Amino acid sequence: MGNFEPVIVAFCCNYCAYTAADMAGSMRHCYPPNVKIVKVPCTGKVDVKHIMLALRKGADGVYVAGCLEGDCHFKNGNNKAALRVARVKKILDEIGIEKERVEMVTMSAGMGKDFARIAVEITEKIRKLGPNPVKNISAGQSKLATG
Amino acid sequence: MIVAEQKPIEEIMEYISPYNRILLVGCNECVTVCAAGGRKEVGILSSALQMAFMKEGKTLEVKEITLERQCDPEYVEELVTHIDQAEVVLSMACGCGVQEIARRFSAKLVFPALNTKFMGASERQGVWAERCQGCGDCILGLTGGICPVARCSKRLLNGPCGGSTGGNCEISKDVDCVWNIIWERLKSLGMEDRYEEVMTAKDWRPSWHGGPRKIIREDLAE
Ligand code: SF4
Ligand code: SF4
Repeated sequence: MGNFEPVIVAFCCNYCAYTAADMAGSMRHCYPPNVKIVKVPCTGKVDVKHIMLALRKGADGVYVAGCLEGDCHFKNGNNKAALRVARVKKILDEIGIEKERVEMVTMSAGMGKDFARIAVEITEKIRKLGPNPVKNISAGQSKLATG
Repeated sequence: MIVAEQKPIEEIMEYISPYNRILLVGCNECVTVCAAGGRKEVGILSSALQMAFMKEGKTLEVKEITLERQCDPEYVEELVTHIDQAEVVLSMACGCGVQEIARRFSAKLVFPALNTKFMGASERQGVWAERCQGCGDCILGLTGGICPVARCSKRLLNGPCGGSTGGNCEISKDVDCVWNIIWERLKSLGMEDRYEEVMTAKDWRPSWHGGPRKIIREDLAE
């Protein structure tokens, strides 16, 4: 596990976390390349299905980064996302996979430094947890059509 | 609509763990609306089950299909092209859908992924409540459109009982006394007289007490 480099998927809202990630870059705040950003129009658009798919495909950790409480551009998409993250945690618990692999975080577009800090913290947490237990088999699993 | 909820994953795993190729079939009607077994839930359960298998070092191939209506032979027929590739079927429809698959594909095992709960309505986002028990002889016309058969804990036809307090049923503070609701509604409709009329004992034969029911429409049946 010594050289385990976790793959982390971050669903980032266009109006806050994604802009904060940009700002982190322009302010020269480093964050680990382990974090793969998926830009979404609002975290309310992130479904349980998407988070589960990322984990099933072998992501070691997933987090959803939305606007601060009360600041969602679409009223309450961030609150909905938090409930969905909670449901994923429940499912992971049911199947015996560490629920700490998923997290909901909030920030504003101006919080570039915090974006970098959170990315570091989550990467370190997942590094300690070790690889997603489904990872190796997932890589070999044949891809099936869905309908 | 028919309201259902997903079984614990542990129970579903007990059914399917001996297999490694399953057909996971959702339904686009009631169970989609109550978020128990539509296309999205099929995708979520599929991922969860595959992960549960992978964690044990096994693999699970899942073919996901969501039919328009699983209780209708016309749509269940669409499974013909997929059924042979699967060892077993896991259905995310209500009990009617599961049974339709069992009837059509007599050589294939089918397991339920849901517990079918009741016929109900959506009270608000994410909350569904029982409204009808299909008694076969509807008395809503006598009760201001509120059903005591499905919503009175004692199925009283002339309620409320002595346990009705502050609008709540005696079984729980979280359950409304339906006879309180019926009374308030009759009052607001100026139909207090209706309440004074004593309802006679209900004939339960049109309900399940007369055995499994069937409707044959002469003008439609082939
Ligand atoms: S009276 Fe019977 S048919 Fe009418 S709503 Fe109640 S249970 Fe359903
Ligand atoms: S309190 Fe109301 S709902 Fe409860 S059993 Fe009595 S009449 Fe029925």
